[in-house]
Amino acid sequence: MSGDIAVLGAGMHPWGKWGRSFVEYGTIAARAALTDAGLDWKQVQSVVGADTVRGGYPGHVAGATFAKALGWQGARVTSVYAACASGAQAIGAARAQILAGLADVVLVVGADAAPKGFFAPAGGERPDDPDWLRFRVLGATNPAYFGLYARRRMALHGDTVDDFAQVKVKNAAAGTLNPNARYRRTVSAEEVAASAVVADPLRLLDICATSDGAAALVLTSMDFARRHGTTDPVRIRAVSTVTPTFPRSVLDLPDIATDSAASVEPAPHSFRASIARAAYEEAGIGPEDVSLAEVYDLSTALELEWYEDLGLCGAGEGAKLLRDGTTALGGRIPVNPSGGLASFGEAVPAQAIAQVCELTWQLRGAAGDRQVSGARAGITANQGLFGHGSSVVAVR
Amino acid sequence: MTHARTRTPVVAGWFTDAPGPDFRLLGTRCTACASVFFPREDAFCRNPGCTGGELAEVPLSQRGRVWSFTDGRYRPPSPYVSDPQVEWEPYVLVAVELAAERMVVLGQAVPGVSAADLAVGMEVEVVPGVLNEDADTTWTTWHWRPVEVAA
Ligand SMILES: [Zn+2]
Repeated sequence: MSGDIAVLGAGMHPWGKWGRSFVEYGTIAARAALTDAGLDWKQVQSVVGADTVRGGYPGHVAGATFAKALGWQGARVTSVYAACASGAQAIGAARAQILAGLADVVLVVGADAAPKGFFAPAGGERPDDPDWLRFRVLGATNPAYFGLYARRRMALHGDTVDDFAQVKVKNAAAGTLNPNARYRRTVSAEEVAASAVVADPLRLLDICATSDGAAALVLTSMDFARRHGTTDPVRIRAVSTVTPTFPRSVLDLPDIATDSAASVEPAPHSFRASIARAAYEEAGIGPEDVSLAEVYDLSTALELEWYEDLGLCGAGEGAKLLRDGTTALGGRIPVNPSGGLASFGEAVPAQAIAQVCELTWQLRGAAGDRQVSGARAGITANQGLFGHGSSVVAVR
Repeated sequence: MTHARTRTPVVAGWFTDAPGPDFRLLGTRCTACASVFFPREDAFCRNPGCTGGELAEVPLSQRGRVWSFTDGRYRPPSPYVSDPQVEWEPYVLVAVELAAERMVVLGQAVPGVSAADLAVGMEVEVVPGVLNEDADTTWTTWHWRPVEVAA
């Protein structure tokens, strides 16, 4: 397919709280991806960095920061920021350059050194910023929105807090098999139930932590991959970076209210569902073709929503799919075989790239003890603050 | 000596300063397409199919039904204002579906309401409330109050 690009290399710095600079993590991940690709850094024609933003200011602007750390060699540079979707935007920018013939070999890097506790907006008085306002006026943290979604699912679909806990149990079990995961021990439903409530009905172990970590990909044109001797690489077939349509009728971070649907009928599918639909359409595949999915389990309950938004089951059937074991390792469509955010914690600019690293290793059959047998196609899904869609389809 | 604080809305123009039963959230409505916006849009209508009308202030429905709810068991970070010397009192957040506007509006519940007091679908009404006080100012806001337990 002419729209394909090749994933020649994938690399990560393990997630954790290491107390070092994000530049160091990103450089280690980049070197690992280059080694994995069998390429020298000097062969890279373009670097795309997913920006590390703390306190509203990017500090070292990612793309050139990584290019400098790896040793200035003159490559074209791009830096992108889209909150949690930054990684998908970086992959999207790299793909556009490759398909446009501007570069044959592009290095994509995202890395973070995360602050402690709740994510909070930058300081100062900024009443024109909706993200600042939701904290000032409501104290609405990210977990508060996750709590709203979880309670809504319980009321609408009959999900239980034990269903949510079982998502953590499943992802923690997968995480024990992943050397890059931060948390590598099994968690029981009893442990989830015994952890403190953060935002009713969600408990501490229902909500993902924030982590240090880095992920990198070496992306190339299909021609370059062939010339390099890689005849059957993992290919990226779709990158969905869509925005919502008006009126957006599901309350979402950081909004204080939804759009009004008083004058325009909302689209039949939610924004999250539209992210995946755009990816499937571009890839020319459907949910029935997917061997595995990596989704953004910022909370346990949110993972169940993604099952439905990805079309892995019908609306309201997410918990049933989980209870059936369909989405566990060994099930029909394992979701988050990497261990997900439950096992990693979120390293914002790295996370969507890490999702694609996992697809790459799974599609190569190189995922070790967490290998999804016969994996042929995988999809990632994620969404960045303010309406940044993020989904990647990779095939082999 | 008593020191009178000034009552100031935490955000100007989002709700009336009317006391008691006349209190309303304030949005804007496009005169061309009738789309309603809260928080208010005063510059441009955001309906992509609209050729653009004037945005006129409009009070929102006083009552709606609970779309979902949660609470905050931990102290939120700044710019939320709370006294770190005082033990954290969890408060409830309610997302309320307004039928006429076909939109969901988030707000804190009145103090004293816990998550256990609420259910999805329950009728609530908007009432004036206090967000926090400092030396000179009482910062006012809106709260959602269950209609049944109105005191
Ligand atoms: Zn309009």
